[in-house]
Amino acid sequence: MQNNPQLNKNGELQHLLSIDGLPREVIERVLSTADSFVGVTEREVKKVPLLRGKSVFNLFFEPSTRTRTTFEIAAKRLSADVINLNIAVSSQSKGESLLDTVANLSAMQADIFVVRHASSGAPYLIARHVKPHEHVINAGDGRHAHPTQGLLDLYTLRHYKKDFTRLTVAIVGDVLHSRVARSLIHGLTTLGTPEVRVIGPQTLIPEGVEALGVHVYRNMREGLRGCDAVVMLRLQNERMRGALLPSAQEFFKHYGLTADKLALAAPDAIVMHPGPMNRGVEIDSSVADGPHSVILPQVTFGIAVRMAVMSMVAGGSA
Amino acid sequence: MNALPDAERLCAQLADAIRPQLRPDTAIIGLYTGGVWLAERLHALLGIGEPLGTLDIAFYRDDYHQQGLARDPKRSKIPFSIEGRDLLLVDDVLYTGRTVRAAMNELFDYGRPARILLAVLADRGGRQLPICAQYCGAHVEVPAGVRLRLRRDEDGRLSLQLEHAK
Amino acid sequence: MTLRITNARLIDPASGRDAAGDLFIERGRIAALDGDARAARAERTLDAAGLVVAPGLIDLAARLREPGEEYKATLESEMEAAVAGGVTSLACPPDTDPPLDEPGLVDMLRRRARALARARLYPVGALTVKLQGDTLTEMAELAESGCIAFSQANVALQDTQMLWRALQYAGSFGFSVWLRPAEPWLSRGGVAHDGEVATRLGLPGIPIFAETIAIGTILELVRATGTRVHLCRLSSESGVTMVRAAKREGLPVSCDVGVHHLHLCDIDLGYFDAQCRLDPPLRARRDRDALSEGVADGTIDCVCSDHTPVDDDAKHQPFAEAAPGATGLELLLPLMLRWGAMNKRPLAQTLARISSDPARVLGVQSGRIEIGAPGDLVVFDPQAQVRFTPEALKSQGKNTPFLGYELPGRVRATIVAGKVVYERE
Repeated sequence: MQNNPQLNKNGELQHLLSIDGLPREVIERVLSTADSFVGVTEREVKKVPLLRGKSVFNLFFEPSTRTRTTFEIAAKRLSADVINLNIAVSSQSKGESLLDTVANLSAMQADIFVVRHASSGAPYLIARHVKPHEHVINAGDGRHAHPTQGLLDLYTLRHYKKDFTRLTVAIVGDVLHSRVARSLIHGLTTLGTPEVRVIGPQTLIPEGVEALGVHVYRNMREGLRGCDAVVMLRLQNERMRGALLPSAQEFFKHYGLTADKLALAAPDAIVMHPGPMNRGVEIDSSVADGPHSVILPQVTFGIAVRMAVMSMVAGGSA
Repeated sequence: MNALPDAERLCAQLADAIRPQLRPDTAIIGLYTGGVWLAERLHALLGIGEPLGTLDIAFYRDDYHQQGLARDPKRSKIPFSIEGRDLLLVDDVLYTGRTVRAAMNELFDYGRPARILLAVLADRGGRQLPICAQYCGAHVEVPAGVRLRLRRDEDGRLSLQLEHAK
Repeated sequence: MTLRITNARLIDPASGRDAAGDLFIERGRIAALDGDARAARAERTLDAAGLVVAPGLIDLAARLREPGEEYKATLESEMEAAVAGGVTSLACPPDTDPPLDEPGLVDMLRRRARALARARLYPVGALTVKLQGDTLTEMAELAESGCIAFSQANVALQDTQMLWRALQYAGSFGFSVWLRPAEPWLSRGGVAHDGEVATRLGLPGIPIFAETIAIGTILELVRATGTRVHLCRLSSESGVTMVRAAKREGLPVSCDVGVHHLHLCDIDLGYFDAQCRLDPPLRARRDRDALSEGVADGTIDCVCSDHTPVDDDAKHQPFAEAAPGATGLELLLPLMLRWGAMNKRPLAQTLARISSDPARVLGVQSGRIEIGAPGDLVVFDPQAQVRFTPEALKSQGKNTPFLGYELPGRVRATIVAGKVVYERE
């Protein structure tokens, strides 16, 4: 059996691959470091010199403008050099293996690889093969994990709600295919959140998910009762009709977040969404733009959290 | 080894030395953590108008690549404009000068000050950079492998103490 | 050549014998035992002091990658691996390239194997042409060329009417049909056992009912046709339960399990270890335990290696993209010995599952130590440990979850038809 590849022998973060397996202290350290970086982002000069001379390679095997951009901004605010590589699936299938691609980049003096891949576990494979001074940050692998999203979600919750040990949090939508959901669930349970719920039709809830420490609700109104935070997941186009769901309309009627459903949650509940939103599918515009929504602050926090993660993995250790 | 000087007495002495040199717009910035305690005390003793600024140099240290990121960085807060400002930078102990170098780099990312003067409670020598304090409470000899620190007890009393470095 | 083996701990699982003894082989068959063997004059004598002598291992599933996939492995290398592992007879599935659906291909394969003079090769013929499920193969012709049964390998037959007809046809000749119980629609896209581990790792899962629905379908068709069916590579507790009931009912059904599935479960996937990417997937602990009980009580007739050489590049991939399979010929004996020790089974019973029981399924005379039986034997040291490094493996497939492990059971000699085809100090 292999060792947890995220931590070095001193228990410090050398790669960020998944929130699952991170000790509580490490998560809390990321959040408090992110706090300091929020201060930096509010300054005139938004840069600090921590990663000056370091190269951050954005290795995106799955296309994404948003996540890639926030990682790029975060890296540049740390004064790092950023190189973006969008490796279309077709060029992968033309023959160069994942490990060959990484080896070639490693020969170009990379320090940090930010990796997004369609296959669960791909960043672990990369982390097992990089040089000791190279670090891997998972920007999303298949259905498995999106740890920086999970961390920024935790940061957002802490910012608005302070104490995890008193919270009821509901995650709604396509949990089956969601790496965002898995990462957030691990983070919430590690930080002691007493009630974590997943809400969705049975076709979108994975087998054995209760073992992750959540309660499953098929009925959204029941599941939202008393929630302090509601996290809406994006429903991807290909899921919207077929064997998993009949239509976006029916999904919206029973599992979309509208003002009247939100009224069942706590009066000061916050609404979160990893973005991009499908208005009218998983969330109603009035809620997305309404007073409970913290969707835009999530994006700002996302930059500070990614700055924190990059500076924690890239530092040397005594 | 000589007994350490009384931090409270040094503090009052520093305030007396600084007072004549104050300008109308002088603002004080303390460096975490000991420098902030000292700066709070001086801020009150000198009756400074501008609110106190605090600086955490975690992101500007020159030993990041060897030591990694500091354990628990605080958030720097400068609640006034740096541009054209007369600044008093305050720290508890001046040693190699690297902390002050980092602090100045960070300050210049906020703006261009008119002047920066440095006030420290104790100078233990051992400079590795050309940095000096304009105001210094006392020169203290400290053997290698030992740390000189400012401590604050529950009543807010300041004192200097020695600690063996880990 | 005449061969005498002396001072052995002679184990014949079929009769339950486990006692000191001697053995004399003449003209490729066991000609004498014990006292008579000691007295016989032999051209060569092998002193088996401190060693076990048992029937050579019979492995019901070993992929040799010939014809067609010689870059992965060859008959030469894999036959070397077989005898190094004490395997004297093996059945190979029809999923070669091209598949074994023509007598000419089967013939050529058997000739090649015979010429190498290592283990005996029993090809399993394709049930349908190109395994595509549209047309029956000429099973009678294939049987004449040497096919001992018919199978779809890992290619599920979607058309149940076709499956029914294929069973009817095979049954007309008294042929056995070997089937992997895996419902194709429910298995589609899955790479791991559908459960807590797959959910945590974000891997598409194959639910247990993909296996049990297929078993149910197959058992119904067995009831309808009376054809003998061997179920290949059970993976679940529910599957074992269904077979147990079917046997009680008296249906002509047998089954096997891959030796890796007796030791590992889905937790062993760890951090996406592609060495554990297997087909069928490693299921939950309770399934592994039920498979183990099934082997112990005989519900599961035999254990095979499911030997599948996979090259390094195909394993150095993200889990879902890695090729499933593990090398197994050289690990079958050690892993069975380890299983027997952990479950406190008598050695004779442990060895039965990899010799006399598979012999019964194959319908061959090997797999027993008695006068007149073929001289197919394995001589091994049950105490000596073997470390499985890539260099130590003779197979070209160097990938197994047990890479780097030390396991008990060092083969000292392998004898086929009375000839020593493998030997080591």
